[in-house]
Amino acid sequence: MKTDRNTANSRNEKTTPDDVSVTVIEPASGWRLIDFKELKDYRDLFYFLVWREIKVLYAQTVLGLSWAILQPLVQIVIFTIVFGKVAKIQTDGTPYILFSTISILPWTYMSQAMTQSSQSLLQGQAMLDKIYFPRLLFPITPVLARLVDFFISMVILVAVMIYYQVSPSWQLLWLPIFFCMMASIPLSVGLWMSALAIRFRDVKHAMPFVVRMLIYSAPIVYSASSIPEKYRMIYSLNPIVGVIEGFRACLLGTAMPWQYIWPGIITSILLLLTGSLYFKRMERVFVDVI
Amino acid sequence: MSDSNTAILVDNISKRYRIGLKDDMHDSLLRTAIDFIKSPIQNYRKYRSLYVFDEKDNDSNNSSSSIIWPLRGVSFEVKCGEVIGIIGRNGAGKSTLLKILSKVTDPTGGRAEIRGRVSSLLEVGTGFHPDLTGRENIYLNGTILGMRKTEIDRKFDQIVDFSEVEKFIDTPVKRYSSGMRVRLAFSVAAHLDPEILLIDEVLAVGDAKFQQKCLNKMEDVGQEGRTVFFVSHNMLAVSRLCERVILLDEGRVQIDDESHKVISRYLCPEGGSSAEKVWSDPAKAPGDKIARLWAVRVKNADGIVKTDMDIRKDILLELEFEVLESGSILLPGLQFFNDSGLELFATDDLDPEWRRKPRPVGRYVSTVAIPGNYLSEGTHFVHVSLTTVDPYIKQFFEPNIVSFNVVDSFEGDAARGDWPYKFGGVVRPFLNWTTQYQSRT
Repeated sequence: MKTDRNTANSRNEKTTPDDVSVTVIEPASGWRLIDFKELKDYRDLFYFLVWREIKVLYAQTVLGLSWAILQPLVQIVIFTIVFGKVAKIQTDGTPYILFSTISILPWTYMSQAMTQSSQSLLQGQAMLDKIYFPRLLFPITPVLARLVDFFISMVILVAVMIYYQVSPSWQLLWLPIFFCMMASIPLSVGLWMSALAIRFRDVKHAMPFVVRMLIYSAPIVYSASSIPEKYRMIYSLNPIVGVIEGFRACLLGTAMPWQYIWPGIITSILLLLTGSLYFKRMERVFVDVI
Repeated sequence: MSDSNTAILVDNISKRYRIGLKDDMHDSLLRTAIDFIKSPIQNYRKYRSLYVFDEKDNDSNNSSSSIIWPLRGVSFEVKCGEVIGIIGRNGAGKSTLLKILSKVTDPTGGRAEIRGRVSSLLEVGTGFHPDLTGRENIYLNGTILGMRKTEIDRKFDQIVDFSEVEKFIDTPVKRYSSGMRVRLAFSVAAHLDPEILLIDEVLAVGDAKFQQKCLNKMEDVGQEGRTVFFVSHNMLAVSRLCERVILLDEGRVQIDDESHKVISRYLCPEGGSSAEKVWSDPAKAPGDKIARLWAVRVKNADGIVKTDMDIRKDILLELEFEVLESGSILLPGLQFFNDSGLELFATDDLDPEWRRKPRPVGRYVSTVAIPGNYLSEGTHFVHVSLTTVDPYIKQFFEPNIVSFNVVDSFEGDAARGDWPYKFGGVVRPFLNWTTQYQSRT
């Protein structure tokens, strides 16, 4: 028996208030901008997604969050031996451990966040197909979640700086800029690559080794001053160069090498803009093409 | 275009996909080698073309091999508080429609408007992570389904209660049995509080008992005056939950009407009444060289084929079949199901004359009368079979071949008397009551 007659009658009398939310579903056309209001509506979900990402990565591990320290630490030690002691790379007078710690910590963050962000849509396929929430949350989530590892790994930096008795200078006030730049790079790459990976699975195969190569594109194991002056402009278009040089100058209190930084700031802004545009454009076909 | 009483308005929605991802077959080693070299370019074109359409693809009637139109101009309107079912065969466009209304995918053309807070449930437990505890998954899944954190805080105890997993709420979900996981997932979904609920039948998962629980819960949701949009394969669930049903066929709305009418049309697509099924072409009729079925009819006490049956009167079921080969003892049989899928009873033709006698070639009509005041109100479905005896071999078996509605005209002389509301039971006998009265003096 479906319903009794009483409820059937009362239903017809029920009216909807005028202030109801109306969802309009239409074919999307052309370029769309990011809907920040909608993102704000989903902030609780965003919080739980980031939190899940953090929690799940080290689930059922013995060392837990210590892995966030251990991984870069091992890399720093190896690089110090290989590039510092064996290859004797010039670092403009900075001890090699200090030199590489400052660059490897942001690099570890950027490379991990970039890789995970690029795979985020494919990995979230099951959810993508079943429920709607702003698709942007997929690539943004790992970019934020990995920041936790980054902050934990700062312990190494603090320890090394205390050991070499580097005292913080006023230059440190510039750090927020480079911090934002550091987070924007994996975000832009993630926006581009996650959307591309939906159509071309090649991204999945290319990303890990491209990221491994990228380490040599920026002054992470070597010093930027070893790049010939005539290539400096092109070299600095890579925003990773700006981030690493910026971090070094802020933390070591040396002169700010703006010539390495400006080109990178411009490219990172461009990358972020084009990435979000491309992502929003592809967004509507994700489910159909995946 | 829409008044304030409209919950969902769908206007000419269509959806196109490209499926043309056919891999070429190679017939020689050389071809394979050449294709291997050429393949990056071909692959690039192929994967690029997945969402690129040109002019000639815009016509939904043009059936290009690589393009499919799961929906071609679907329009309908759902009023506030209506419980509406969407049925149709595989590939009729049901799931695509649900995905469009849930915003999972965009339509290719047309427009839809949903007025009110929507929740869509295409599966239970979306986003569940095995490494997270039950508590954490409730929050994660709840926010994915569109609840706010404060809302989950408020309902948390109810959700846990309903799921019956209190003891393990801080254990990772991967240690749960699959039943516990489904219960937890469903109880989160059950505590959504939307004005409009879009729901897929896959929700009714798990064992029979749990399915029943899901259906009951959905029935409650419908009776609370919320709008429910229910997509299903399962006629029985649809006829139980929905007053109105839309039948989709090849991406178009075929019928949009009261549920029993649509369901019977779906079951008997040839048209005519669901109370009658006739095979005009003997080659397509059920059966084989011993016997073939010609027709099954539901008639009222006056011998007229009808779908709506008076609850007080006899209902006649008539089987017409032809024996093509003499010498077999035949046993025609019927099984009756109600709209919850419960088998009410079965009956075989035990006519004393033919019961043990080999039948000669010819045409037979077997009729059985189901007494009035016997079946309950609602839709009933009939399975038909014919068995040869000694040894028992089923010559044909046709499920859901006819259906009919038992209707109470509310005149007070049936078993419900003057009671106007829900009256339960799978049968509705009109029993004799006796009363003994003693005055107090």
